[in-house]
Amino acid sequence: MSTTKEAPVVPAPRRTRPEPQRPAGRHRGWDEVPRWQIYLPLSVYLVFTLIPFYWILLFALRPAGSTSLVPWPMTFDHFEKVWTEREFGTYFQNSVLVGLATLVLTTIVALAGGYALARFDFKVKRGFMLALLCSQFVPGALLLVPLFEIFAELRMINSLGSVILAETVFQLPLSMILISNFIKNVPYSLEEAAWVDGCNRFTAFRVIVLPLLRPGLIAVGSFAFVHSWNHFLFALMFLNNQAKQTIPVGLNTLMSADSVDLGALAAGGIIAAVPVVLVFAFIQKWLITGFSAGAVKG
Amino acid sequence: MAQAAAVAKPPAPPRRRRASATPRRLPYLLIAPAALLMLGFIAYPVISVFYYSLQDYNPTKPWRNGFAGFDNFVHAFTEDPVFWDTLVFSAKWVVVEVGLQLLFGLALALIVNQTFAGRALGRALVFSPWAVSGVLTSAIWVLLYNSQTGITRYLADVGIGSYGTSWLSDTGTVFPAAIVADLWRGVPFFAILILADLQSVSKDLYEAAEVDGAGRIKQFWHITLPHLKDAIVLSTLLRAVWEFNNVDLLYTLTGGGPAGETTTLPLYIANTSVDAHDFGYASALTTVAFVILLFCSIVYLRLSKFGGESK
Repeated sequence: MSTTKEAPVVPAPRRTRPEPQRPAGRHRGWDEVPRWQIYLPLSVYLVFTLIPFYWILLFALRPAGSTSLVPWPMTFDHFEKVWTEREFGTYFQNSVLVGLATLVLTTIVALAGGYALARFDFKVKRGFMLALLCSQFVPGALLLVPLFEIFAELRMINSLGSVILAETVFQLPLSMILISNFIKNVPYSLEEAAWVDGCNRFTAFRVIVLPLLRPGLIAVGSFAFVHSWNHFLFALMFLNNQAKQTIPVGLNTLMSADSVDLGALAAGGIIAAVPVVLVFAFIQKWLITGFSAGAVKG
Repeated sequence: MAQAAAVAKPPAPPRRRRASATPRRLPYLLIAPAALLMLGFIAYPVISVFYYSLQDYNPTKPWRNGFAGFDNFVHAFTEDPVFWDTLVFSAKWVVVEVGLQLLFGLALALIVNQTFAGRALGRALVFSPWAVSGVLTSAIWVLLYNSQTGITRYLADVGIGSYGTSWLSDTGTVFPAAIVADLWRGVPFFAILILADLQSVSKDLYEAAEVDGAGRIKQFWHITLPHLKDAIVLSTLLRAVWEFNNVDLLYTLTGGGPAGETTTLPLYIANTSVDAHDFGYASALTTVAFVILLFCSIVYLRLSKFGGESK
């Protein structure tokens, strides 16, 4: 904001390209970008974005062995096959369980921690914030060995609990930072007013803050769900029993099989994508807000 | 991310004491669950990685287990050419990948920040790959790069591309192929972040610049870019660390092959521990990775001014 010369904001005759008068109040510089300079690059990028999606649909819907570029005649055999023969039905259940449990755990723990960070000043706060920030740089993948040991000690290998715990822990720092930023946006005076009216701290929080936090909580919960739904290495490492596996591990198995069944892989990929697409369709309006509110990890 | 700075300097919380004053212990109680979980499942594992890095530790060869001193590190730095290759590839991967993501992400954000017909739909569509996971991205691009039925085959039909080669199993093509696959998912991420920040640029600045006769290019250099600087620096660093750490995509797309051509250090660590069960050596490699990441963290914290003025 600092680099422009201060200029009197007086409507001056425009130097470039005279144009019909636009509605007042709209800024013009970038608005008058020639349309083709928007649509051309956007279309090129759109093609790059959509071809892979089309390709996976194509493989999932056309019969095995077909080389047609349109999925016609359409078949759902691949879906049936991965769902039953390749156990994707089971994987799907496991993934839903892991995703929902991670969502609930992350949201509750991060809500408590985020409230403390937003509303209190306490001794270890700075150190704790620093730890949160630093933990963003600790990759779960590098900690596989000790995590495996810990879960073996806790007798949690081959139980979904291990994956849920690991996903939650690695989701926590970011979620807590986000939630504390959301809470800071709720005026403290609202809470204080409720105390004056006789609410205790918890009731005031529940009645006043929680409803206002809903968009933030939805964003944080969805991120937790999507991350644990997509993440792969913890499940691969901690769950050896095939009946306990999750969707990404199932996809990996399909890919690393000796002869890759492309139709099954495509169908499996679509099954893997559906919940995530639904979640994102649902939270779209909060997405940018969620991002604006804090540091973000992809 | 300009917001990271805000995290660093929270507004001083109200200190007023009142009748319903809270017990001193409340904030500690509230952060306790998170702190305990992170101590148990992040801090403690980090420490044990350091411990294991000094051990010979392989569950499949228990007779050789024991204290090894710095043997693992010596082995890595002097006897293991794969280690050096993975370091070089990691650097190449992160620099190229993040650089391209930033470039295309910025361009994409500038485009979808314009007002044009169909903007909402356009945004939703170009951002959509962001939601797709590493493994799913791999699955999609395995289909696209398949030599028999992939896009390569159709490109060959119209005279571009070579028939019958799979881009993922050829040492000459695997790097760009993997880069493109990851770009597909990474560009939207950058675009979303930059777009969020673009929307906070005051329109007055542009109008003022316009009055001064600055063209679009000038406006971009002198208004847009300086405004985005913090966000760009921080998201690039975060993304670099993330691209360095993330193994999902390469693990499933190439498995590090062909001939170790696409093995990053973290992927090498994963392979060493998951497949070879050489936990001691994997821990030593992890320690090296930590040192690299620590360096990045320090740079990050400096840039986000975390060490700066406190409240």
